[in-house]
Formats: sequence, C-alpha cells, structure tokens
Amino acid sequence: MKPRPETASLAALSASSPEVAAAQRLRFNRQGPDLRLVLSGPWILKAGVPPIDDLAREIDLAPPRRLVFDSEGLEGWDSALVTFVYAALGVASRRGVDVDLSGLPAGAQKLLALARAVPPHVEAHPAEDDALTARVGRVALHAWGTVGDGLTFLGETVLALGAFLRGRARFRRVDLLHAVEVTGAGALGIVILINFLIGAVLAFVGAVQLQQFGAAIYVASLVAIGVARELGALMTGIVMCGRTGASFAAVLGTMTVNEEVDALTTMGLRPVEFLVLPRLLATALMLPALVAYADVFGMLGGLFVGVTMLDLGAVEYLQQTRQALALRHVMIGLAKGVAFGVVVALTGCYYGIRCGRSAAAVGAATTQAVVMGIVLVVIVDAVATVFLHLVRL
Amino acid sequence: MTDPTAHVEVRDLTLAYGEHVVQKDLSFAVRRGEVFVIMGDSGCGKSTLMRHMIGLNQPAAGEVLYDGEPFWAADEGRRERLQGKFGVLYQSAALFSSMTLEENVSLSLVERAGLAPEAARQVAALKLALVGLAGFEQHYPSEISGGMRKRAGLARAMALDPEILYFDEPSAGLDPLSSRRLDDLIRELRASAGATIVLVTHELPSIFELGDNAVFLDSERKTMIAQGPPGELKESPDPKVRAFMSRGRL
Repeated sequence: MKPRPETASLAALSASSPEVAAAQRLRFNRQGPDLRLVLSGPWILKAGVPPIDDLAREIDLAPPRRLVFDSEGLEGWDSALVTFVYAALGVASRRGVDVDLSGLPAGAQKLLALARAVPPHVEAHPAEDDALTARVGRVALHAWGTVGDGLTFLGETVLALGAFLRGRARFRRVDLLHAVEVTGAGALGIVILINFLIGAVLAFVGAVQLQQFGAAIYVASLVAIGVARELGALMTGIVMCGRTGASFAAVLGTMTVNEEVDALTTMGLRPVEFLVLPRLLATALMLPALVAYADVFGMLGGLFVGVTMLDLGAVEYLQQTRQALALRHVMIGLAKGVAFGVVVALTGCYYGIRCGRSAAAVGAATTQAVVMGIVLVVIVDAVATVFLHLVRL
Repeated sequence: MTDPTAHVEVRDLTLAYGEHVVQKDLSFAVRRGEVFVIMGDSGCGKSTLMRHMIGLNQPAAGEVLYDGEPFWAADEGRRERLQGKFGVLYQSAALFSSMTLEENVSLSLVERAGLAPEAARQVAALKLALVGLAGFEQHYPSEISGGMRKRAGLARAMALDPEILYFDEPSAGLDPLSSRRLDDLIRELRASAGATIVLVTHELPSIFELGDNAVFLDSERKTMIAQGPPGELKESPDPKVRAFMSRGRL
C-alpha cells in the first residue's frame, strides 16, 4: 500500500473551551513502517481529550509497525495528553503495534510508566444478565430469600420475647424508656393532627350523602365507628411506619454500617435482644395509647365539622356518638394498635439490622422499612377486618 | 509580609470551635513542589488545621494565602475557584458509595471541568491506572479493600490535576505493606506530576520518607512548637518534639 505522507486532522474535541480546543492539534504522519503522531498546541483538560477513534481508524487503514509520538510543537500539557496516550497504548496493544514514547515530555513518560506499572485487573466485573426472565428470577430469588430471612428474624425475636418473659433478656432499661418516649410522646402531635383531619374529612364526605336522606345526625355514628374500629388505628399505624419505622431502620442501619451491631455480637450480647426488644416493647405498648388519642381526636374532628358545617348541636352529636359507639369497637381499634405496633417495630428493626455496609444501604433500608411497613399494616388490617366480620364482632 | 517562595502560606491562624480554641498563632509557609507535613499528637488539631486550609472551616483569626492571594478575604465565587487548585484525600477516602470508582473520579471532570462524559471516562481510567486500580473502574467502593479505597480516593483527588494535594492521614487503618505502597505512590506522583503536597499524619515512616518540611502542633500549648525538615526536628530543643520524632526513645 502506498504510504500516505501526511494525514492532517484537527482533533474533534469534546471541549469546554473552544478557543483552546481549536489550537490543540493531532496530525498523523506516515514515515516508512512508522505512524508518527505529531502533537501541537496546548494539550490540557480545559480543551478536552481528543477521541481515540481517529487513531484507531488510521491504524486500521494501514497497520504500521510502530507508533511514534512527536511532541515538539506542544505548548503545554496535563492529564489530557497522558489520558490520550494511555488510551493510544491500549489501541496499539490490541492491534499488536509497538509504541515509542521517547518523543513525549519526560513527566508524561513517568506518569505513563506509573499507570502501566500494575497490570489491569483482568477479572471482569460480573455483568448482570438483563433478560426479562433473568430479572424476574432475580426478583423472585431475592423475595424468597427475604421471606426466609424475615422468618429467621421473627424466630429470633420470639426467642428474645421468651427471654424477656422469663426475666433473662439483656437490654438497657434506659433504652426501653427512651424508645417509649420517642414512639409515644414524640409522635403524639402528628398522630393527633392527622386523625383530627381524617375525622373531619370522614364527617364531611359522609354528610354529603346522609344529608340527602335527612340523616345528617348519623354522621356522628359513621365517624365514631369508622374512627374507633378502623381509621384511628390504620392512620396511626401508617404515620408510625413513616416516623418510627423509618427512624428504627436508619438508626440500626447506621449502627450496622459502623460495626456497632458486630461489636454487640462479639461482646456476647444478642443484637435482637439488645436493640430490637426494647423498640418492639415500646412500640407495641405505645401504639394502642396513640390509637386512643387518635380515636378521641378523630371524633373531635367529626364534631367540629358537624357543629360548624352541618348545624348539628354539640350535645346532640355527642349523644349520637355515645349511642353508636360500643366498647367492642374501641377494643378492636386498640387491639389493632398493638398488632400495628409489632409490625412497625419489626419491619423497621429488620431492615435496619440487615442493612448493607454503605451510606446508600441505610437509605435503601429506610425506604424498604417504610414501604413494607405500610403494606403489612394494611394487610393485617384487611385480614383482621374480614376475620372480625366472620366472627360477627 | 508575603513569602515570595510560598505556594501556600498560613499566617497568624487561630482555629476555634465557638469559644473553644483548638490552635492559635500558627504561621508557616509551604513551598511549591514540596511535601509539607502537619504532625502532632492525637487530638492536637492537625485535621482541623487542614479543614481551615481547604476552606471547610473559617478561622477565628488569621489568613491562608494561595500564591499570595488571601483565601478567606476573597468572596465566595473566588474561594470556589481557588478550591479548584486543591485535591483532597480524606481520612476515610470519602468515596461516594452509590457510585462506581469511575463515576467517583469522573464526577468533578464532568461537573466542574465540563468534560464530555466519554473524555471524563478516559481520564478516570488513567487516574485509576496511576494508582494501580486499572480494571476496577466498574467496581463500587464496598467491593474493594480499605487500601484500594484510599488509592481510589487519591485518584479522585488527582482528577483535575490539582496544584496542591492534601492528604489527611493517608495511612490510617492500613497494614504496613499497603501503607508503604501508598507512600511510594505519593512519592512517585510528586516526582512525575510535580504537585505540592500537604500531608497530615503522625506516621513516622511516612514523615521521614516523604516530608521536606514539617510543622509540629502541640495539644497542650495549643500552638505550633517546632517547624523544619523532619530530619532536623529529631534534634529539636523541645523534648516533646524529640520524643515524638524518636517514638518516645530519648
């Protein structure tokens, strides 16, 4: 093949500074079996790094025996030059072409020697099979693993509870008191606010229908039974998932990342007993108490709408509430509160204590704790509602 | 009076957290191209001094000058541009755990230098190769060892070819071989890239191996009690400095 004496190409740069880029040049010059790369102008990061494809094409056009660098026209260089030459070395190596670096600045040669001192890590990073079946399989296996792991965690928690009932559980009582404060008094404000508004919304929506039949007074019954049996506990459970469950996951996740959970294990303390048990007891104890507040303020929300918008008398509304509300409705709501407390504490603690080892893992654990907590609270509520209907309670 | 040979100059600096003074009356100069060591006993404020030098904490008094230009007297935009001269390797490497090593290194290349993603990827590959991590571009920080994380942190610190590299306890938590390898790497990078290096450490082998000049901070007197080449500090008139430099053997 007839050698081409000189092929000039202005490097098409991905430049952040066009005026600098315009001065940065790479020319290909054929000299016998050698391909001479003539570099001129400033080869600096500000001007970007020339794409290596031009060189690959030039080599493929007529494979030379050797690449020779000529940097006499260079007006300054930094990592842009070394990056290009390093990439050129890869291109040449894959095509079996020798490279002569002696024409480069001494500093660049030293850096290139340093970059090539350790051979590249050959074990490829395992690429994930992106096929739909593979993805479905991965999700299914992960879900199955989570179920198994969750049951193990549940078993450990039951054992810890057994130890607690026998007076043998080892945890700091101050942690229990702190958890009681955080999950109880700390959450009271948001629980009251949410349930007051839910009661008001329920009364308003109910009134729109009931007024058509001249039965507006039954709004009080609707709100009383709805809040006491269902919404007081459900809304409190959901609020506590976002507040307390997320907090448990974040705290325990950070402790896992910092190896504090490992430290407990090596000190002979069971993490489930020491960390999960006080949180579980506190939440199971405090959530029904919060539900009681939720019931009262939900009904007050209904009363507020009834008195201000439906022209009902306050005494009349309260009397109707008393007639409609049976003790079993309240007890069912409180019992759901205990169940939701257990769910919130277990999901928060599970995802926290099984957290990965990075900051991102803590975020993921918190998200999973909240999402799974809400899903489980709603599932438990649905199952309980159907069961109570079947046993006519 | 500004030292004309100084790349970085610390002048009458007082470091404090609220009312609590950590160090006071610190004055020294770091010359261009040298390895300058900040050393002292544990808790004396070495890392705090570095945080004040790189613009993370504002000094209670005094100034830090880069090529004679006051850093803290400058407006925020100018300070950000001056910070473009630094690369920092943090004690824990501080790699972004949700990003691959390549993404960690190329972040500043794309976001700060405005390089195209493909060019940034190539530069990141070079920087990782320089610290012996070629082939690990797609690994996450959680998938590599502590020593490798430190080296990846170094690659990220070098991404923008900084004039000044700050290293905060680079050898902390590393085994002697990894520590030695990191020291070798710093020495080779200094020889080939010619950057000024400020090293915060109390590792004697690193201090003697790498340091051209040093300053010694004392936690009790809350000020610097010696400065000069590490070899000379072994003969310091101050018994605490002598004891430190000879590992307690006087």
